[in-house]
Amino acid sequence: MVEGGQLVDHRDGRDVVLKLRDVRTQFGDHVVHDHLDFDMFRGEVVGLVGGSGTGKSVLLRTIIGLNPAREGVIEILGNNIRRLHGKTEHALHAHIGVQFQDGALFSSLTVAENIMVPIREHAGLDEGAMRCIAALKIALVGLPPDSGDKKPSELSGGMRKRASLARALALDPELLFLDEPTAGLDPIGASHYDQLVRELQQSLGLSVLMVTHDLDSLYAVCDRIAVLLDKRVVVGTMDELLAYDNPWVREYFHGPRGRAAAAVQERKAAFNGK
Amino acid sequence: MSSAPTFRYVEQADTSVLEASGNWTVFNMRGLRRRLRNGPAAPARKPEVIDITRVKHLDTAGILELLQLAGGGEGSEVRAKEQGQVDLFRVVQAHGVETPPERDVSWILHWLDEVGHGLVDIYHQIIALFAFSGEVLVVTAGAFAQPRRFRLAAIVKQMYEVWISALVIVGVLCFLIGVVIAYQGVQQLRQFGAETFTVEAVGIGIFRELGVLLTAIIVAGRSGSAFTAQIGTMQVNQEVDAMRTIGLNPIEWLVLPRILALVISMPLLVFWGNMAGLLGGAVACTVYLDFTFVQFFSRLRDTVGIWNFYTGMIKAPVFGMIIAAIGCFEGLQVRGSAESVGQLTTRSVVEGIFCVIVLDAVFSIIFLLAGV
Repeated sequence: MVEGGQLVDHRDGRDVVLKLRDVRTQFGDHVVHDHLDFDMFRGEVVGLVGGSGTGKSVLLRTIIGLNPAREGVIEILGNNIRRLHGKTEHALHAHIGVQFQDGALFSSLTVAENIMVPIREHAGLDEGAMRCIAALKIALVGLPPDSGDKKPSELSGGMRKRASLARALALDPELLFLDEPTAGLDPIGASHYDQLVRELQQSLGLSVLMVTHDLDSLYAVCDRIAVLLDKRVVVGTMDELLAYDNPWVREYFHGPRGRAAAAVQERKAAFNGK
Repeated sequence: MSSAPTFRYVEQADTSVLEASGNWTVFNMRGLRRRLRNGPAAPARKPEVIDITRVKHLDTAGILELLQLAGGGEGSEVRAKEQGQVDLFRVVQAHGVETPPERDVSWILHWLDEVGHGLVDIYHQIIALFAFSGEVLVVTAGAFAQPRRFRLAAIVKQMYEVWISALVIVGVLCFLIGVVIAYQGVQQLRQFGAETFTVEAVGIGIFRELGVLLTAIIVAGRSGSAFTAQIGTMQVNQEVDAMRTIGLNPIEWLVLPRILALVISMPLLVFWGNMAGLLGGAVACTVYLDFTFVQFFSRLRDTVGIWNFYTGMIKAPVFGMIIAAIGCFEGLQVRGSAESVGQLTTRSVVEGIFCVIVLDAVFSIIFLLAGV
């Protein structure tokens, strides 16, 4: 295994947007991650998977700084977040976007106002310009135009997820973190969402790290997949992981659901090939 | 990230071009828009080409601004170094939306709207309150027929929260109020040489009104709000819905134990508060009047009738019931979001204290008519 927990070096000359070295997180005596190495490169979509209780959400929270790591180095866009403070830390928040699992939209604000919060904080634009940007983001994530004036409690679960994505995209971040973006969506909604993430990623040049359990999403959007195993991550493309020799990984990707998702993907590939 | 966004309109071989350079990102738009406001450089005619070959960084906010400068930019050609920037341009244009106009509502309409909604809300609130009271009565009647439905364990647990945990705060505050009344009594009554009547002032004041009112206000702030927040959070987490589907009646499991716990606990708390208040009065009298404790309490026994004590204690369970009922009712009114839990908790405390004081006035009239 080379540096960064990868099976094969996928860097291919790209910038490293996220770099974890020797990271350890623990709660009390319970060590969640130990000696964890992980790299992410500009413009790729990485899916983060792992069994229940292996600390996917903890890892995500550690990377975005909500949960301090005990040891190790975490670099986002070249900044070591454990050493950052004051203005530089504040500025870094403008370059990352996070979509939480249940949206985490501010319930007292409308959707448009939610999107304007990061813009007002980091760019200080006037009201008219912000409304214009908010309307664009709402259209980009595929919400109807009138949803801007609605409160989050008036939206359905899937719409809240889209609204939350719109807020995460408010400042055109370089790095986007998604926590279970398709959980709780119907299959049609989920596959539309996958397409949306892919399109936005390509048009805006984002790098995306998504925690997900949706095997279809893993096949459809992820360039590489990071698997949490034994307090560390193993990263590789789908093909590499399919060949990876570990009982959990084999069960995960070769189990009935894994095979079904693979079959769907093959059919799609065959259909596109015709 | 220092080069500011600049632009100019040029005429190149019969086509008008919008030439932009610098960083066109959301972080640079503030300065640009400020400069634009000072001197709007309107083009002679709508640019047909948008030239962004000299733009270093570009994002969606920058593109929106460029499109506005190009007068919408429909059908205009984009010249760029990188295909990626052209693609991004097309994405933004494809989702092209006009700036939503800020809604302009006259204040009279807005005010009428608020008042109308307020009235309808009150109407619904009253209906819901009647439904709630009826349901509580039915469940209570059912529980009398089938006493195990009184959920003794839940009542005891709630009593611990609303009674035992409140003893310290009620005791301390009533003690202090006793001291304050005694001190004021001595100060004012000394002018007539009637300072020994301070004992009556403390005894009657605490027993009839202050002990019970103060306790009720503390309980409304402490337990009434807790009831609303607990039940409201359960409502947000769909726990109440889950109870209904399992076949548990939330009124029986959540509301009744809380109401009964407070009905039982309030007299106990009021009694405790009364004793603390008297003790405070007695301490103050020994300091300001050179009374001994024995003198204070023997005068109290001789001059303050037992009905002063009873009037206070009769009110206690009624206040307890009304505070608990309002707390639980508002908790069950919570819909949807965490924000609504906060709003309704505030409302529960305000309504609880309001009702306690109104009821206190009603009780005064009743006791006046009854001559006690």
